[in-house]
Amino acid sequence: MDTITVELYNQSDIIAARQAGRDMAKKLDFKLADQTRLATAISELTRNVIKYAGKGLCTIRYTTDANRIRIIVEVEDEGPGIPDIEKAMTYGFSTGNGLGAGLPGSRSLMHDFSIESRPGFTKVTIAIFRRTQLN
Amino acid sequence: MKIPILKLGDILLTSMPEDLTDEDALEFQNAVLEKINKTESNGIAIDVTALETVDSFMARVINDTAKMAKLLGTEVILCGINPQVALTLVEMGRELIGVKTALNLEQGVTELRKLIDAGNSIPE
Repeated sequence: MDTITVELYNQSDIIAARQAGRDMAKKLDFKLADQTRLATAISELTRNVIKYAGKGLCTIRYTTDANRIRIIVEVEDEGPGIPDIEKAMTYGFSTGNGLGAGLPGSRSLMHDFSIESRPGFTKVTIAIFRRTQLN
Repeated sequence: MKIPILKLGDILLTSMPEDLTDEDALEFQNAVLEKINKTESNGIAIDVTALETVDSFMARVINDTAKMAKLLGTEVILCGINPQVALTLVEMGRELIGVKTALNLEQGVTELRKLIDAGNSIPE
C-alpha cells in the first residue's frame, strides 16, 4: 500500500479517492478525527477536478521518519487552471456556484497545503501527519 | 437509487445512505421535497448517522434541503451527525449546517413534535 493512485473521471471516483485516503490513514493508525479530516479534504479537492477539469489523478502515499508518519496526497489535473489562487483560497469565493468552502476548508483541515497552477496544469498537495509514539 | 422515506402520522422519517455521489444527493433532495408535497407532512426527521464524510457540497445539499422543506411549511430536524463530521465541518469554517439538529432519531422526533405543536398553537 505504498502508493495508491486513483484516476478521476466521474463522481464515484471522488468517493473512491476519499475512501482510499481514509483506508490508508486507518492502516497507519491515525485517529478517527484525522481519518475524517483527510477523507473530507480529498473529497473537496477531487470534486474540483471533476467539476473544473473533467478528469485528473489522485495519488496517496506516506513517508515516515524518526518522529512522524506523514500521509501526502497529490491531486492534479490538466484543466484550465486557477486564474487567481489568492482569491480561490478566500472563504466564500466560488466560480462554480458552490459554497466556496472547498479549498480554504481543506487547507484548514490539513497540516500542509500547497497549490501549483497554470493553464493546463493544476496540482494541489496536502499532508497530514501524526507523531510516532515511542513511549 | 431508491431511498425510503417513511410516513409516520404527520411526519416523515428518512435516512441518508453513506457515500452518495453528488447526483444521488441531489436526487435525494428532490425525493424528500416531492414526498413532503405529496403527503402534506408537518415535519421531517433526516437521519445522517451513516454519513462518515460530509464535505462542503454535501453540507450544502443538506442545508438547501432543509431550507426548501421549511419553505413548504415543514419542520426539519437533522439527526445523528457523526462526531467526526461535526468536528470537520466546524474546522472547515463557518456553519455549513444551519439546520436544527438532534443527537439521535428518538430525540429528533420528540423535538419535531414540539416544533409542530408550537407552530399549531400560534394564534391567527
